[in-house]
Amino acid sequence: MRRAVAKPALSSTGLFGTRPKTRLRLAIAVVLALLSVGPLIYMVILSFQSNNDIEGDTVLLPTHPTTSNYVVAWTENSFGHYFANSFLVAIATVIITVSLASLAAFAFARYKFPGRELIFYTFLASLAIPPVLLIIPQFLLMDRLHLVDSLVGLVFLYVSANLPFMIFFLRGFFAAIPREYEEAFRLDGASTLRVIVRLIAPLSLPALALVSMFTFSMAWDEFPLALTMLNTPSRFTLPIGLSDFIGAHTTFWGPFFAGSVIATVPVVIIFVVTQRWSRRGISLGGLR
Amino acid sequence: MTTTTTLEGRPAAVSLGAASRRSGRSQRARRKATPYLLLLPAFALYAIFTAYPVFRQFEISFFNWHIFPGASNPFVGWSNYTKIFHDPIVRTAAWNSFLWIVVTVPLQIVIGLFAAGTLADRLPASALWRAAIYIPVVTSPVVVAWVFSYLFASQGGIANSVLAVFTGHHEAIDWTAQTWTGNVVMWLLTIWKGVGWSFIIFLAALDGVPRELLEAARIDGASEPRVWRSVVIPSLRAAITFVTVLLVIGAAQTFSQVYLVTSGGPYNSTQTLMSYMRQLAFINFSFGYAAALASLVALVLFGFSWAEIYVLRQQEL
Repeated sequence: MRRAVAKPALSSTGLFGTRPKTRLRLAIAVVLALLSVGPLIYMVILSFQSNNDIEGDTVLLPTHPTTSNYVVAWTENSFGHYFANSFLVAIATVIITVSLASLAAFAFARYKFPGRELIFYTFLASLAIPPVLLIIPQFLLMDRLHLVDSLVGLVFLYVSANLPFMIFFLRGFFAAIPREYEEAFRLDGASTLRVIVRLIAPLSLPALALVSMFTFSMAWDEFPLALTMLNTPSRFTLPIGLSDFIGAHTTFWGPFFAGSVIATVPVVIIFVVTQRWSRRGISLGGLR
Repeated sequence: MTTTTTLEGRPAAVSLGAASRRSGRSQRARRKATPYLLLLPAFALYAIFTAYPVFRQFEISFFNWHIFPGASNPFVGWSNYTKIFHDPIVRTAAWNSFLWIVVTVPLQIVIGLFAAGTLADRLPASALWRAAIYIPVVTSPVVVAWVFSYLFASQGGIANSVLAVFTGHHEAIDWTAQTWTGNVVMWLLTIWKGVGWSFIIFLAALDGVPRELLEAARIDGASEPRVWRSVVIPSLRAAITFVTVLLVIGAAQTFSQVYLVTSGGPYNSTQTLMSYMRQLAFINFSFGYAAALASLVALVLFGFSWAEIYVLRQQEL
């Protein structure tokens, strides 16, 4: 707190008044943070509570802490399998989305060509179309391509849903990279692809990390499309496995919360790893 | 758009690769083809899996569509659309979707902006608070829906216990089984899960607030609300518009919460447009009618986004 007070510039240019009000702002921040993670912490607590004790009275702390819920979820209820499916789908979606969006964003950021605006706005228009909205024609399309009940089909849909925003986002970031770097590279005879991989990508790591994080969490968490496309339990992703599980036995809260923790930990880890870039990434990207 | 000057006219250094240095003409052709080649994979996927379905959906909406193999799909003209306006469940669903937008969007913006304003300036351990506020955004809607269902469970739910402590009523409210309380639970979880997103956008946007203007306004004796109204909010206009458009679109696509928390019940009273659309298609197998409803919603959303962006452009001039 001393540091903040010692910084004189803040006193007249702070967002909230002439004094930094560090203590008040800190209190508000703590309350907001607790409200945000509270339900998740409660979920973790419940996952260690034996199932019999969850039903009935309100639980605040586990009376008989146990890890049996995790064992039941992971082994008896194939959460390990769902986890692997979700992981494959999410990783494939991230790799394809980041690669294709980078190529397209580079084209929009660096070239002028006939149809440029039209193609850009064609991509952008889909931001107005929520993914759930297209569930009927997408189901019929997948049916015709024999990709219903297929994780590969799901990856195609996720990549396609993520591309427009990621192109939009990366375009702003790429455009801010000075052209002079590229010219030096080109003089050495580097190809366009090489320029993107060796120069643009390393300079855009914050943006690429953010795009990867957004895309991963979308693919990892996505529910309506997976619900509509997947039928066979061995192909379920975690969200479908979880909702199917609770539908099958509504009183099995313990293993359900253990499964929920399993489904939440990877996205939180990826978010924590990438979050240090988020502020810079967003302010330099297309969202300025 | 100053960053988009053409590469045209640059020397031979601009080529697809060292190997391709042949005649000047083929090189120029290649250079012209480069942006299209770069766009091709992304555009092809997008065209097949997003753009084509938009038109396909519109086409299906004019048929009495059956998905069963061999069944005939008679053309029915606009009748699926006229049916929409006489369907009482559509009216309920539209009202619920409207309420959803009106309740959750302003609250997410106000709380997100408030949180961003609180954390934008130097604060001890601010990275920790920032991460905590954003974490709900990356959690799975299925997990969140069931955690909230449990918090508001009639037996053993924390919400009823808290109410009992404060009001003395030991009545077990079955929150998710009633229309009004079910909606409240779903709005709460939507706001809880969404605030982090607007927060992070506003946090980045607040970096662009001209601090000298804040100082100048205060030296001129402007009150704090006045400073916000005249300096902070105007410089956030682009971010606010962006957040509003995407939150409205997000609220209009509400499906998972309803499907998981109330299943649209009791008696379709908590149905939203998207949850009803999916039920029509994949429970009742009325693909044509559901496609008409989806196409109509798409049209409204598209018009809304366009209007909002148009208004923003006007203000910037």
